[in-house]
Amino acid sequence: MASITIDGVNKIFGKTPALKDISLEIRDGEFMVLLGPSGCGKTTLLRCVAGLEQVNGGRVKIGERDVTDLAPRDRNIAMVFQSYAVFPHMTVGGNIGFGLRMKRRPKPEIEKRVREGAELLGLVPFLDRYPAQLSGGQRQRVAVARALVMDAPVLLMDEPLSNLDALLRLQARADLKRLHKEVKRTTIYVTHDQVEAMSMGDRIAVMREGAIEQLGAPMEIYNNPASQFVGGFIGSPPMNFLRGAIRDGSFAGDGFDVPITRMRGDLQGREMVLGVRAEHITIAGEGIPAHVMVVEPLGSHALVTVLVGKTPVKVQAPIDVAVRPDQAINLHFDEATLRWMDAGTGSAIQR
Amino acid sequence: MRARTERFLPFALLLPSIGFLGLLIVIPMVQALLLAVMAEGGGLSAENFQRMFADVNFSDAWRNTLLLLILIVPLQLVLALCMALLINSRFRGHGFFLYIYAIPLAISDLAAGILWLAVFTERGYLNSTLQNAGVITQPILFLSFDNLGGILTAIVIAESWRATAIVLIILIAGLQLIPRDFFEAADLFGANRLRRTVHVVLPLLRPSLQSALIIRTIFAFQTFAVVFALAGRNMPVLAGEAYTWYATNRNEHIAAAYAVLLLGLTIVATVVYLRVLGLREAEVQR
Ligand SMILES: Nc1ncnc2c1ncn2[C@@H]1O[C@H](COP(=O)(O)OP(=O)(O)OP(=O)(O)O)[C@@H](O)[C@H]1O
Ligand SMILES: [Mg+2]
Repeated sequence: MASITIDGVNKIFGKTPALKDISLEIRDGEFMVLLGPSGCGKTTLLRCVAGLEQVNGGRVKIGERDVTDLAPRDRNIAMVFQSYAVFPHMTVGGNIGFGLRMKRRPKPEIEKRVREGAELLGLVPFLDRYPAQLSGGQRQRVAVARALVMDAPVLLMDEPLSNLDALLRLQARADLKRLHKEVKRTTIYVTHDQVEAMSMGDRIAVMREGAIEQLGAPMEIYNNPASQFVGGFIGSPPMNFLRGAIRDGSFAGDGFDVPITRMRGDLQGREMVLGVRAEHITIAGEGIPAHVMVVEPLGSHALVTVLVGKTPVKVQAPIDVAVRPDQAINLHFDEATLRWMDAGTGSAIQR
Repeated sequence: MRARTERFLPFALLLPSIGFLGLLIVIPMVQALLLAVMAEGGGLSAENFQRMFADVNFSDAWRNTLLLLILIVPLQLVLALCMALLINSRFRGHGFFLYIYAIPLAISDLAAGILWLAVFTERGYLNSTLQNAGVITQPILFLSFDNLGGILTAIVIAESWRATAIVLIILIAGLQLIPRDFFEAADLFGANRLRRTVHVVLPLLRPSLQSALIIRTIFAFQTFAVVFALAGRNMPVLAGEAYTWYATNRNEHIAAAYAVLLLGLTIVATVVYLRVLGLREAEVQR
């Protein structure tokens, strides 16, 4: 059993709080993704779990064991560092086998596992090279292989694919996912690539300024963002937002008026933000007037950027859509797909 | 125009140090070489070297110099390494220790020798302390001419006290250049403090170890003032012989021969260190 329990963890650097009272439970064998913009505290949280950073408050448990005061090597974890931390004085093979050597595994076993790790990450031709003789992406793969060959029950990965090209990243993503299916290691995976997060995570914790803004399964977060921030961060393109207020059966703002049939009575007149995904908007004969700015054909569909009033809105349209820049069109929103947030705090409001 | 300035700028910037080195090192070195290979009356000859090798004190000086080198350099290296690792672990008040350790750096070697003479001499601090404590009744003659072990021990202690700090400073600078992630990764992947030091810290510290060893070995070959202060002529060393031949025996040719011998030893040692501890081409980060 290697669940991870993060209980009210605080971390302060000097005067700036980097983690604010974070609690998070990661189940045994779960693939948890930490997602958030740069500087939100993802690495710091991972380092607190690893023991590389002393927490200023709260506890960290792995399984039933409280590890808060244990040294990193006593926590039985493997980690991919954001900066790789691949040893320059060891060959690729030496690096991949480092953890196994430190654990004094028998030589034949080390050799076999180093080979497997190198094969998985396409590093076999480089086994005898030194890191200085590798590209950045290759070095990153060494860091990933070094962590994967350890049979630690907990695997921490800090943006392990950030430096790979698109094709390789796609492949590595699938490989990591398959590997996780085979060996159910409890994994915390840091990324700020929301596509990666959506495709790999059992659950995603969206972080913002040292706190977890929303925790949930990928589609749940995608469909029901807890705030304007989450809706804007998850999805490509991000959710569209329109600001206005409910008055007499419609939501009206600068340059639009959306008829609304169902809404809590107490929300009358309140300043709100309407959130709508690009794929839930259709171009129709009548509806909300919009002005076409850009049409981007993307192969399977076209992304049309329009102005509603002064707000840019992204619309996903069929690839053969017959609109061109500067054209005036009308948009239709499907009421069931609309999400509502408070205009002041940005947090979601239930209808 | 611009390209030309840029091409010459490095040379212009190097010029002062080249001039300085040329004036104070290269010219005297060439003069010493010439003196060493010239007979007293003039003309090329190996006579100076023959006389040097045949001298009664030569084999003692040679043995003592190597002995001191073998005793002092490893001891200093190990001491400095322990101190550097201790300070680099950033315990509370580590800065204070660094200052204490560095104090001897500011003291000239002759002064250091005299200082330790005051400790080890017949009526010195060590004897009076031991006597006051009742450990001994008669003062011990640590530095007597027939007590080679005592003299050697005193010199090793004095030299270690005086010159370990320079090794320490070089190693601390080297340690601080190693990114902390490497220590962290080693810890995380299961290496305890000792194995971290052996497998990660020492290999990454090689460039600094190399500089420290070269500097210390050169100075060990030149050990003189401390030995002179503590043992006088009871313990001849190569650099001391050069001095004696020049100042007492007034034979600058044989003094120069000693100097050339020391230069040769220094070069050999340096080349060995560069070969053994140098980074492989493949390891150098671009
Ligand atoms: N050692 C440190 N000393 C002071 N402040 C730090 C330190 N490490 C991180 N911080 C601060 O803590 C905050 C969180 O940093 P962290 O590295 O966890 O961000 P991150 O989410 O991993 O970002 P990125 O996606 O850019 O890697 C940042 O504001 C950062 O400036
Ligand atoms: Mg980070």
